[in-house]
Amino acid sequence: MTENKPFRFRGLKLRTRENLYGYAFISLWIIGFAVFTLVPLAQTFFFSFNRVTVKSTGIELQPVMWANYSRALVTDPNFVELLIEYAIETLVSVPIVIIFSMVIAILLNLKFAFKGFFRTVFFLPVVITSGPVIQELTAQGATSAPGIASTAALTEFLSQLPGYLRNPVEYLMTSFILILWFSGVQILIYLSSLQKIDKSIYEAASIDGASAWESFWKITLPSLSTTTLINAIYTIITLSHFSENKVIKYIFSQTYAVQGGIGYSSAMSFLFLFVLLLLLAIVFLVLSPRRPRRA
Amino acid sequence: MERNLTLKNIDLFKIRSFLLGSRTSYGLIFNVALYLLLIAIGFVYIYPLLFMFVTSLKSPSDLLNPMVQWVPSTIHMGNYEKAFRVLNYPTTLVSSILVSVIPSLITAAVCSLVGYGLARYKFFGKNLIFALIMATFIIPPQNTVIPQMLTYKDLGLLGNIFALILPAMFGQGYRSAIFILIFYQTFQSLPKVLEEAARLDGASDLKIFLQIALPSAVPAFIISIIFSTVWYWNETYITVIFLEGGIQTLPMQLTKFTQAYENLYPPGMVNIFDRLNEAVKLAGTFLNVLPLLVMYFIMQRWFVESVERTGVTGE
Repeated sequence: MTENKPFRFRGLKLRTRENLYGYAFISLWIIGFAVFTLVPLAQTFFFSFNRVTVKSTGIELQPVMWANYSRALVTDPNFVELLIEYAIETLVSVPIVIIFSMVIAILLNLKFAFKGFFRTVFFLPVVITSGPVIQELTAQGATSAPGIASTAALTEFLSQLPGYLRNPVEYLMTSFILILWFSGVQILIYLSSLQKIDKSIYEAASIDGASAWESFWKITLPSLSTTTLINAIYTIITLSHFSENKVIKYIFSQTYAVQGGIGYSSAMSFLFLFVLLLLLAIVFLVLSPRRPRRA
Repeated sequence: MERNLTLKNIDLFKIRSFLLGSRTSYGLIFNVALYLLLIAIGFVYIYPLLFMFVTSLKSPSDLLNPMVQWVPSTIHMGNYEKAFRVLNYPTTLVSSILVSVIPSLITAAVCSLVGYGLARYKFFGKNLIFALIMATFIIPPQNTVIPQMLTYKDLGLLGNIFALILPAMFGQGYRSAIFILIFYQTFQSLPKVLEEAARLDGASDLKIFLQIALPSAVPAFIISIIFSTVWYWNETYITVIFLEGGIQTLPMQLTKFTQAYENLYPPGMVNIFDRLNEAVKLAGTFLNVLPLLVMYFIMQRWFVESVERTGVTGE
């Protein structure tokens, strides 16, 4: 086989050559992954089983086994509560972001004047959303749904609700616009996959007498199922990595705290990662495209 | 086959919904409803920005006056003068630009290389590489940042822009995974013919990449650089850990706004109208997003259109 001319190129077998050059192109990334992701990740994991003290000479490790984890889950009065709050808030936000961005994308996909202007408006938050800016806007009360968050009726209504319902509802009321602000990229992703749907399917459907409403449920929505999954994952990741995320802020504050330290915050980071993966798994199970049902 | 099935399904529903009009024209009612809906949602959407801008122009007496909601009685620029000084604007602006533009340029360059390798070569373990790239997107920064910080501390790079440049150089910059996928998509959708012709003419792989593939990936470069710049600008978790004590960026300075204000205008020393109020804070916030807004309105076409063109969504 090696005698076969077309399979040889500059003295190397084609497959070897492909392997070699492929790895050459991504070698930078592989080195980077090892040095800047894998090793620090392993180190953080290792830290989470230790009591870490930073000295001028270097760091000092003192093995504590699972103490950091049990402290986070059992002793710490805040962490578990924050973690549950984060999980609920994320699960509440994802459907809102998904539905909102899908609606906006479908509207923006219609033909009308000033489309560019509205696109600009709906993408604007992506450009300016940073932790400190959001923090300032929230602190000045600019992010709540206009007019409803401060009314007495609402406070009255909230006080009637049981605790586990009150927090998510309150979160919805006070940061409604904020949640919507996390839809910018998702709108674009929906728009681009809407434009990939073959127009002739809609034409055929309308010739057969389908209304736009029917076309939406039978053509648009099924074509967007993969995109919805991508958008849901993207939403979870952006919400979870956002520096104003309460859990992240807590972990950050504990890193430099005397009582906390690097070991403890590392343990919490891994618990947080575990919950994040759990959320991703839930969304994946709910949204992953099912086998087409027979009509 | 699937199409026929759908058609049969649709065939069952003959009644048309007149509210939504036909495929060729929407009808007047629908158009009015569409604009009302878009304007209403759009208003709610940018309400925080309008609120910020209007409030930042209010004088202290306007702030206290409940009658003044949306139209300040005078355009009060004093808030901006103070915020400008508190943020130490010229210096922080320049360092913010450097800290976001330089890593994003490097990120785009490295990600194009990686994306090209993934798109054009078949090699062993490619799926694993893709999985790991996704993993770098999922793993939160706090799971990797502390050991890096300790290493940079040992190397004396803490507070130095190199702390951000180094990961970017190796494709581990902020959200690099997304840019790798963008370039992967771009290169995959480009026809291979030119590259194969060049290969037959004896061009080396690197030369093919640099001279043939790269020029056709200009849109991907532009979108990667602007998105990366915006995300680096707005990222504060990593920047605070890596740069604190050294370079100050605008968002970092904004988090310390109250403290910095009270250093410049000590609360006990100034008269009541010069105390820190929400108008000054929001003026600071507006100064913070102003460069991004300017960039956005200049490059708006690229932000909104190129996502479709580069096919970020490609699965």
